[in-house]
Amino acid sequence: MQTITKQQLLDKADSLLANGTVTAVLGWSKGEFGYDVTPKMFTTKEDLEQNFVWNDFCGVNFSKYLVSKTDRFEGKILVFLKPCDTYSFNQLLTEHRFDREKVYAVGIPCEGMVDVSKLKAATGDGISEIKEDGDNLLVTTIYEDEPATVPCRDVLLERCINCKSKKHVAYDELLGDEGEIIDSARFDEVAQIEAMTPDERFAFWQNELSRCIRCNACRDACPACTCEKCVFDNPNSGVENKAPANSFEEKMFHIIRAYHVAGRCTDCGECSRVCPQNIPLHLLNRKFIKDINEFYGEYQAGAEVGSRAPLVDYTTDDLEPGEVFDRRDMDA
Amino acid sequence: MQVNEHKPLIVAFCCNWCSYAGADLAGNNRLNYPADVKIIRVPCSCRVNPMFILRAFQRGADGVIICGCHPGDCHYTSGNYYTRRRMAALFSMLDFLGIEKERTRVEWVSAAEGAKFAATMNDFVEQVTALGENKRLEDLRCKR
Amino acid sequence: MQRVGVFVCWCGSNIAGTVDVQAVSEALKSEPGVVFSANYQYMCSQAGQDMIKEAVKEHNLTGIVVCSCSPRMHEATFRKTAAAAGINPYMVEIANIREQCSWVHKDIATGTEKAIILGKAAIAKVNLNTPLTPGESPVTKRALVIGGGIAGIQTALDIADAGFPVDIVETKPTIGGKMAQLDKTFPTLDCAACILTPKMVDVAQNEKIRIFSYSEVSEIKGFVGNFDVTIKKNARYVKEDICTGCGACVEKCPMKKVPNEFNLGMDNRSAIYIPFAQAVPKVATIDPNACNMLKNGKCGLCARVCTAGAIDYTQKDEYINEKYGAIVVATGFNPISMDKFDEFAYNQSKDVITSLEFERLTNAAGPTAGHLERPSDGKSPKTIVFVQCVGSRCDACAEKGKEYCSKICCMYTAKHAMLTRDKYPDTEVYVFYIDVRTPGKNFDEFYRRAVEEYGVKYVKGMVGKVTPEGDKLKVQASDLIANKQLHIDADLVVLAAAIEPDKSARPLATMLTASMDTNDFFTEAHPKLRPVESPTAGVFLSGACQGPKDIPETVSQAGAAASKVIGLLAKDKLTGNPCVAHSNELMCNGCSSCEKVCAYGAITYENKEFRMPDRTTKIRRVAVVNPAVCQGCGACTVACPSGAMDLNGFASNQIMAEVDAICK
Repeated sequence: MQTITKQQLLDKADSLLANGTVTAVLGWSKGEFGYDVTPKMFTTKEDLEQNFVWNDFCGVNFSKYLVSKTDRFEGKILVFLKPCDTYSFNQLLTEHRFDREKVYAVGIPCEGMVDVSKLKAATGDGISEIKEDGDNLLVTTIYEDEPATVPCRDVLLERCINCKSKKHVAYDELLGDEGEIIDSARFDEVAQIEAMTPDERFAFWQNELSRCIRCNACRDACPACTCEKCVFDNPNSGVENKAPANSFEEKMFHIIRAYHVAGRCTDCGECSRVCPQNIPLHLLNRKFIKDINEFYGEYQAGAEVGSRAPLVDYTTDDLEPGEVFDRRDMDA
Repeated sequence: MQVNEHKPLIVAFCCNWCSYAGADLAGNNRLNYPADVKIIRVPCSCRVNPMFILRAFQRGADGVIICGCHPGDCHYTSGNYYTRRRMAALFSMLDFLGIEKERTRVEWVSAAEGAKFAATMNDFVEQVTALGENKRLEDLRCKR
Repeated sequence: MQRVGVFVCWCGSNIAGTVDVQAVSEALKSEPGVVFSANYQYMCSQAGQDMIKEAVKEHNLTGIVVCSCSPRMHEATFRKTAAAAGINPYMVEIANIREQCSWVHKDIATGTEKAIILGKAAIAKVNLNTPLTPGESPVTKRALVIGGGIAGIQTALDIADAGFPVDIVETKPTIGGKMAQLDKTFPTLDCAACILTPKMVDVAQNEKIRIFSYSEVSEIKGFVGNFDVTIKKNARYVKEDICTGCGACVEKCPMKKVPNEFNLGMDNRSAIYIPFAQAVPKVATIDPNACNMLKNGKCGLCARVCTAGAIDYTQKDEYINEKYGAIVVATGFNPISMDKFDEFAYNQSKDVITSLEFERLTNAAGPTAGHLERPSDGKSPKTIVFVQCVGSRCDACAEKGKEYCSKICCMYTAKHAMLTRDKYPDTEVYVFYIDVRTPGKNFDEFYRRAVEEYGVKYVKGMVGKVTPEGDKLKVQASDLIANKQLHIDADLVVLAAAIEPDKSARPLATMLTASMDTNDFFTEAHPKLRPVESPTAGVFLSGACQGPKDIPETVSQAGAAASKVIGLLAKDKLTGNPCVAHSNELMCNGCSSCEKVCAYGAITYENKEFRMPDRTTKIRRVAVVNPAVCQGCGACTVACPSGAMDLNGFASNQIMAEVDAICK
């Protein structure tokens, strides 16, 4: 379904390796299953030929990897960035998290990535093979002989259905055509929850958050969560503890995490993508983004390097915290 | 009609320069307010980390109020402006999660406003008492 | 584990009246860390303090909790007691059981219960206290004044008077600033030059003061007491120490068609020039954009006529490094550009001028030698229209002006109108105004004299349009009180242009990490209580860089800033407040969030090498807090995503412990 082909990416990687522009390539490689894709550092043409992968499952946002991959790496790394990844890329540069000079960023177009959970829901478990066939996926499971045909469009990740931008905000070089910023409906679901009664909202979130197993996948995938030491791992922070010995952190984990990335979250959707319990964590982040937009003016984290996040900024005539509710009650 | 016997627990974060002094003035003038209010002194309202507020709720507080200098009068010139943004965002989020918005408040109380301090605390305690015990934040994760 | 002593004060009956102090000291005995608990009538009395000292000795206390009145009352007292007893003064915590307990609760049971909880919170906190030592830093006993107008001059003179060396950096070839361009000053009408120039001479003759004219500040490093400043001395192609200011070069210079900045371009000067007769330093300067010798090597006349041999066409910009203990900003103001005010035809007609240009026209040392002549044809104007608030008090949405009141225009317009009527009684003078604002000593009397004695026609209303027609300016205006339109054929229109901070202020603020408001005026450390200090420690504000001001206000602020500087320089060492932020470099991401919320510029970043578990090293950007600059508000601690930033005395785990103790 992707407009750019694996060969085009391989050719670009090969030539940049060959001419010495870069010494390594951060790309996707095969995982255990067909839908399972793992980030990998490639340094040779042979490795690329054998293991490089580009398909509808390459959702992973490489921006975060640059923090750990560049810090002690001599030379330049080629990274492929989808439009949404470029926002995280910029945000991390704003926060001085990696050295821009060590990265050669190639922007690539993206037609949306597939949500494995949705795919499994459509075909059942036990997927053994996935083939791409135009805009469809041909999915074979261990229980059926004939592959099932699933239109990609039906199993897109939520973040891709509500894609906010096909435009790259950072790159050294662009492959394919540049897209536009999209006026997406990404805040609609937040608005729906806002319109509920407090009891309904509480029930909704109790239902969602009760599934959390505290695996920390959301944090580990989040490009805004690049702290040298996470507060949840720090015994002195008062919120540390992985096991549910201290109920505080268990319950507050998601609020604290969302608050910590508020104003810095680019709404890349990695948290929801990686959640094994399918908790719509992006809604918490989007709530903050929506509020910030409404209270302090439109702000897109990562749209430009060096921008000042709204929560480390102020004006003298900002809204009072109490007025937040007055406004909403007036709207209602 | 059943009388609500629950005595609420209120944590009040007060900045050293204005609101804590305002609370002292309320004391000097013997202006009563419920003993349910327990004050924690911070240098500036901008020292209040959302984690402190959540911690208080988790440990059984029924309401949390943050008091600082009036906007424009911050001892540190801009601290309360950050507080204003941080708390607007946090309280809106708590409301989004279905936690009663009446349990949180930000109030600007100057060192001269002893009467306002006492009135604010009386009002806030009354408001929180009406809500009863705070169960929601503790139970957020536990589906019953 | 701490060894905590708890001391419950009765405060006579102030506490003991509504709190069972005995029960409180009993209840707190079993709290973690507590090894001693007692109560006494007056803890703050000598006997009470002695009791604390004895207990410290006897029980080897490491921490003290006093349950008493507000810490705002006696925290300092008990810290001193602790220090006298040999433990760190910051190992003391106060539980406020008077103002916030016994005085506001009537019931003994309730009061006692709350007092115990407040005591527990203080104990929980003191268990996590660490000894703190205030940092000390030396003070360089020299001040820098940026800007050589009346504000900078007065500040420098006052500082030098106290015996401290001062340097003035001025971008123009001479000090004097705007005041040197003025004719008379309101409300006394004494001539500006007569009161300013003696001060300029004082500056030049003062041994403690150095003037860096035709210079600018190019870099500022360091912090209060220890600023490291680079001053760029622009090449003036004249050796300052040799030039006698005789003016022979100025006379002989063939290039005489350079617009004269000092007269706002209303006449010309030569390429080598001395801005005005009383300039300080009285040294010639070559304008490199106008001088033929510098542009194409053809001329050299000035060098030939200079008997002192002061001309040096090869002079280069010079950089001077100097250390300062304090910096005073006195960058002043400028009238705003009139380019956006087409309705007043400023760019269409030479006879529409600004008030500052009017000052030059009426100044005896000005382009017309003080005769009021129209710039276009030199005729005496018979009808003059003054327009106030041009660009002042504009709507927030209007892009061409300023929202604020420029403050000085009402008075100088009254002065101009009055002087015109005084010198040329047959001239008709109109003043259009929104409001006339005259709050100042003898200000309103002055304005009323203009109206009542000198017959100046004040019209409430704004001028809508000025149209040049023939040799007249057709002025269309509204009279709001008579509710009618006015049409006046004027010979001269004078615009009271709004004033704005000098353009050099913004980059300077960045170098100083001093904050500014949206209009680029410097902000004060406190709008009421610290009006001459910037929030950045060691940086002080003098004059119109902080907001529109007239001369007396400027001079008083200049003096106030000087006294603050003297107070600072009089100290040999600065003792800091130890309750400041500090960053744990192992956890710091170097993300700059903390820096953005710091009002004091206390946070900088450095690249630091870290040894990794696998024995490699890694260079990471980490935040460093300068304890001499940090004021301890804690804004950074919350902005920090990783929790690397914490605050001494109000650490996160201490506040959490208090929360836990209260909520238990």
